[in-house]
Amino acid sequence: MPEALLAVRGLEAFYGDFQALFGVSIEVARGEAVAVIGANGAGKSTLLKSVAGLLRARTDAITFAGEPIGGLPAYAVAARGIALVPEGRGLFPSLTVEENLLIGGQLGRPGAWTLRRIYELFSALGERRKLPSTALSGGQQQMAALGRALMANPKLLLCDEISLGLAPIVVREIYARLPAVRAEGTAIVLVEQDVVQALAAASRVYCLQEGRVALSGAAKDLTREAIAAAYFGV
Amino acid sequence: MEWINVILQGILVGGLYAMFAAGLSLIFGVMRLVNIAHGDLIVLAAYVALVVAQTLGIGPLTALIIVVPVMAMIGYALQWFVLNRTLGDDLLPPLLVTFGLSVIIQNGLLTVFTADSVKLQAGPIEVATIRLAEGLYVGVLPLLQFAVAVAVIAGLQLIFYRTAIGRAFRATADDPAVAQLMGLDNRHVFALAMALSLAVVAIAGVFLAVRVNFDPSLGPARLIFGFEAVIIGGLGSLWGTLAGGLILGVAQAVGAHLDPGWQILAGHIAFLIVLAARPQGLFPKVRT
Amino acid sequence: MTVAMRVAFGGRGNWIGTALGAIAFAALAAAPWWGGRDDLQLLSEIYAYIALASLWNLLAGYAGLVSVGQQAYVGVGAYSLFALAILFGVSPLWSIPLAGLIAAGLSIPVALLVFRLRGHYFAIGTWIVAEVFRLIASQVSALGGGSGTSLPAAVVIAIAPTRALRDVTMYWIALVLAAAVLALIVLLLRSRYGLALKAMRDAELAAACSGVDVYRTKFLVYVVTALATAMLGALIFLQKLRISPDAAFSVNDWTAFVIFITVIGGIGRIEGPIVGTLVFFALRQTLADLGTIYLMMLGLVAIVIMLAAPKGIWGMVAARFGWQLFPLERTVLSEEPQRR
Repeated sequence: MPEALLAVRGLEAFYGDFQALFGVSIEVARGEAVAVIGANGAGKSTLLKSVAGLLRARTDAITFAGEPIGGLPAYAVAARGIALVPEGRGLFPSLTVEENLLIGGQLGRPGAWTLRRIYELFSALGERRKLPSTALSGGQQQMAALGRALMANPKLLLCDEISLGLAPIVVREIYARLPAVRAEGTAIVLVEQDVVQALAAASRVYCLQEGRVALSGAAKDLTREAIAAAYFGV
Repeated sequence: MEWINVILQGILVGGLYAMFAAGLSLIFGVMRLVNIAHGDLIVLAAYVALVVAQTLGIGPLTALIIVVPVMAMIGYALQWFVLNRTLGDDLLPPLLVTFGLSVIIQNGLLTVFTADSVKLQAGPIEVATIRLAEGLYVGVLPLLQFAVAVAVIAGLQLIFYRTAIGRAFRATADDPAVAQLMGLDNRHVFALAMALSLAVVAIAGVFLAVRVNFDPSLGPARLIFGFEAVIIGGLGSLWGTLAGGLILGVAQAVGAHLDPGWQILAGHIAFLIVLAARPQGLFPKVRT
Repeated sequence: MTVAMRVAFGGRGNWIGTALGAIAFAALAAAPWWGGRDDLQLLSEIYAYIALASLWNLLAGYAGLVSVGQQAYVGVGAYSLFALAILFGVSPLWSIPLAGLIAAGLSIPVALLVFRLRGHYFAIGTWIVAEVFRLIASQVSALGGGSGTSLPAAVVIAIAPTRALRDVTMYWIALVLAAAVLALIVLLLRSRYGLALKAMRDAELAAACSGVDVYRTKFLVYVVTALATAMLGALIFLQKLRISPDAAFSVNDWTAFVIFITVIGGIGRIEGPIVGTLVFFALRQTLADLGTIYLMMLGLVAIVIMLAAPKGIWGMVAARFGWQLFPLERTVLSEEPQRR
């Protein structure tokens, strides 16, 4: 079995005294798309934030490309090739669309993703490149946030609820772009409340429930009933 | 004609005030920190310039080549080792730490240089004048200072809006956590911003040194002028800061012309009027 | 359905603190009998700084108004007293409360102006206002303009007929005034305004959402602080018998030192300024000969404390041992059970 790109083992996470994750373990192989689903408050975002370095983790709890990265600050994690598309998009309001994309490429890592390719993938962004990022619609902002993460040419892309607050047709548009990302060999972790889209896009699924992994398996193997049970903790 | 002269002098001095203000405005924009020691750092730069010029026997403009990098490095170190620890939601720590810093710098300078006034000599350029029109003369040095002030503001605009580091400044100011996701170390970004601020302070300090007799106690007044220029001009806009500086300079010049004792008071009153009538400043940049 | 509650202030240490306070007050009131002239003057200075620091603490630590311009009211109080006594022949002792009222009146338009600024900008704005007052004072030639003036002999005699009596009178006024300021602060914090202030200090937005009138509470605190600060300023300069704009509106004497005291002692706690003042004077008595080096050390101490122990000396002590000298923590003693 090839060594996993990302290996999370027994991850615990706290917000002050409140424990959000109780020993979560997941694995993502190179180029793989993995979905993490679960109800609100299950700990999905917390998991991504811990991997990205926004939340402190134990050093050995998270391994990336064979190197322990738990406990590293977020900018160091980003430097190692992990890009997070944060919850709520997190575009910089003082920057234009193009500047948001450019700052995504701040690290200057070479790769397939350039400004031109991002505009090819998301034509709506190209048309609005000089506008302030606040002038975009919700769907366009999500595309910009995704594009910004891609500009870092990451080995692993973490997507935190990219469907949140968007109309279904817009969500489909965005998910339709993901194969182009996979084609470059980038691994993706999709944290989603939209279970249907997540299952369609990913090969494997983890379902979190109250800070623990309740279910995991290949997307095509899991039945609706099993997922519903794990999701709601029935 | 007499009044035109007064206003002209006010505009020229206003450029210097805008330089005092620019460094202050930059730091507040990037990290929401108001550096109470800002004025004292300007005076420190003036003394550094004095020492450099006298030891090496060079003129003030040449001294800039040394003073600017020295102050920039002091800024980086100051931010990295001290001020970065004060940043956060509570505004007391940065205020009190920079207040303490102000006291330390003033008294440190007093200990080393005593309270005697000194001045940096610039040579014949100090008294040279240009005749603009009948009865209207303007000093070459003030004109040069004004030009440099405008250039500095233009330079800062360029850095902020056309360079990668400027993007980094603006992004980190918007959202320090997401900026980290881009690979930006906040501590380093803030330290660079302070280094830039003190580079501007260095230029302002050299010009101050050439323009007036200075001593260690001049700091607080420079801070206040810089601050007034920022508020009059409007927060968030560098060109607004320039305008604020000019207005302050003119207000002071008008006040001084009516009665020399009213110079500084006139400036304060102009500030209070703007605060009362248009508290957001004259050219604020609307920011979310 | 409303819940009936009984609230008690303070814990076990409640009566210990009060008892200690009463003993200390009695001992200090008797100082004219056990102390000399210098002792009385030093103690008066200490009382003044305890009061000034407590007021600054109320403003910054509780109301969240970090002012670097309280010297404005020290100066206004002092100049009001001199003006009333010299120009209008008012008795100097009565001028003290009158000076307070004048300052309170002036503080209202000032507050209307500076409250438009927030945070750090508010701080520097208050400083500028103090500078404006200083510059105006130096233009008043009737009171000596820029170089200031001394209290005429006639006015000095009006305080009390002999020097010894004057010393004792002013000492007792200083003690009573400082005690009154502390009492006022404790009473304020125990009132519903105090609850509002504590809420505002912790989370202003949440407090506003809970119905606290943030603006009005801050305004009230600002005006009350101005009044008390001015009375202290009036007394301080009455004791000095001489006034000048630079001394009356000195940033160093009335703001820098006050801030250092509060920071070192502990912000946001009543005991802090008392502890801070004692530490400050201990340092001053031993180190002041060093002049500028002493001031640099003060600055350094303030910085180190702010970075390493932001709650100050008393803050650390109180957190460790849970002490309080002044009973202020509210405890809910009983609730009628709620019908579900």
